[in-house]
Amino acid sequence: MNFGLASYGARHVQAFLASLGRLARNPFSTLLTSIVIALALALPLGLELFVNNARIATGGFANAIDLSVYFKTDVPLAKAEQLAKSARERPGIARVDVISADAALAEFRAYSGFGAALGVLSANPLPHVLHVHPASDAGSAASLDALRRYFAAWPEVDLVQIDAQWVMRFNAILELLRRLLVIAAAILGAGVIAVIGNTIRLEILNRRGEIEVTKIVGGSNSFVRRPFLYAGILYGLGGALLAWGIVASAVAMLRAPVATLARAYGSSFALVGPTAQEVAVLIAGGVILGWLGAWLSATRHLRSIEPRA
Amino acid sequence: MIVFDHVSKRYPNGREGLSNASLSIEPGEMVFLTGRSGAGKSTVLKLIALLERPTRGTVVIGGKNTTSLASRHLPAFRRRIGIVFQDHKLLPERPVFDNVALPLVVAGTPLKEIDKRVRAALDQVGLLGRERALPLELSVGEQQRVGIARAVVSKPPLLIADEPTGNLDPDLAVEVMRLFKRFQEVGVTVVVATHDVHLVRELGLREIVLDHGRVQGTPDDDPLAGMVATR
Repeated sequence: MNFGLASYGARHVQAFLASLGRLARNPFSTLLTSIVIALALALPLGLELFVNNARIATGGFANAIDLSVYFKTDVPLAKAEQLAKSARERPGIARVDVISADAALAEFRAYSGFGAALGVLSANPLPHVLHVHPASDAGSAASLDALRRYFAAWPEVDLVQIDAQWVMRFNAILELLRRLLVIAAAILGAGVIAVIGNTIRLEILNRRGEIEVTKIVGGSNSFVRRPFLYAGILYGLGGALLAWGIVASAVAMLRAPVATLARAYGSSFALVGPTAQEVAVLIAGGVILGWLGAWLSATRHLRSIEPRA
Repeated sequence: MIVFDHVSKRYPNGREGLSNASLSIEPGEMVFLTGRSGAGKSTVLKLIALLERPTRGTVVIGGKNTTSLASRHLPAFRRRIGIVFQDHKLLPERPVFDNVALPLVVAGTPLKEIDKRVRAALDQVGLLGRERALPLELSVGEQQRVGIARAVVSKPPLLIADEPTGNLDPDLAVEVMRLFKRFQEVGVTVVVATHDVHLVRELGLREIVLDHGRVQGTPDDDPLAGMVATR
């Protein structure tokens, strides 16, 4: 560091450009290595997008879940309306509709086909009912269950009905996929480290003579290692950009058929591509894995090369 | 500048490169190491450049006992020694400029300074203008001079050369030796290992003769060498 920070930076720029030049001179093998890395990075990103899109596509359904709160038959409508009013003030609830026993009976008479039979009844056997729509951020199984307990605690309430089972199943599947994503990312990340480490190892063996001479004229281990670290970073960066390209084109190709499918189900769902944050994580991940693979390999293999004149 | 005190070097294959050798080279001196091949000349140079470590004894370079030198200080140590090899060890796919610049680049010299000093070094060996040539486009003698330019470009106080004239015809050999003499004249300590006894006698400089890894008495009447050899 005799020549200060500027020269230290200049040496890094030199090493970076030298590594870039070397990769550019072997475009075919550079491309092959980058493709392998890109595939390993594209898979977790694709899985991440799948989980995201699945969550968005079904988010509408999860929020469409209602709780039906049945009052005991002796509870007057005024009491039901008063309770509905206090429920509306609770967070996690988007809307509360009061369906009076009379309205329910009229509806039942109109739609059930038992209209004539119902005329036999002397009194309305139906209770007043609240239809509760949870807020969009309260669609999880846990918050639905919390709502259920809130209504069930009222003495006037006979029964709270909620079909949360499929929500729980669905969330469990998403959770499983997310866990799989982490495992896949870990395994494939280790694969990226191995691929880059091996590429750097071969590169070091190819340039053994040059490394020896550099050490003879006083090149330190970190000086000799530097271009290999940059090569690893460039491989990781190239692989990440390529992975981005692969995933973006897959999303572009799937967009139209997915929209068609969604329309067929009466949904306006549109496939979501990687967010800026996901791309940033992808690129940072590629660079860090590339650097790590190169560092492990270079540190190990450069130590064994000592000049023997 | 260089003191070997009862130094022995046994290689892993059991060959004794040097046995109980003591010698001393003063700063600013130019000295030849002579002897048959396998006599220990190269071993002495390797021990000076710390390309090998002695099995026994101590090697002091520039007042510093090298036995205790940690390997992390090795690069800085080697930057103060210029080394010329018989096979010149140039990087074949790099142009002459890059080859000569390498010791400056590893030392972190600013680019402007590198440019100036590489040209100066090439000028000293008579190769100014050949910066862009690849080593293989040069003659053997020119390649050897590129190697010498690389060894002196960082102005090391110590220059060592292992059979630098081994592949050269007699005229070129004399030229290379004169080049080394010029560096000695500006204060560089120069140690040259060679089997070319005639050339050494012609130059009339001190000679350390090695035989089977041992330092022999000197053939001429150089009092300093005699004293060193018997010490």
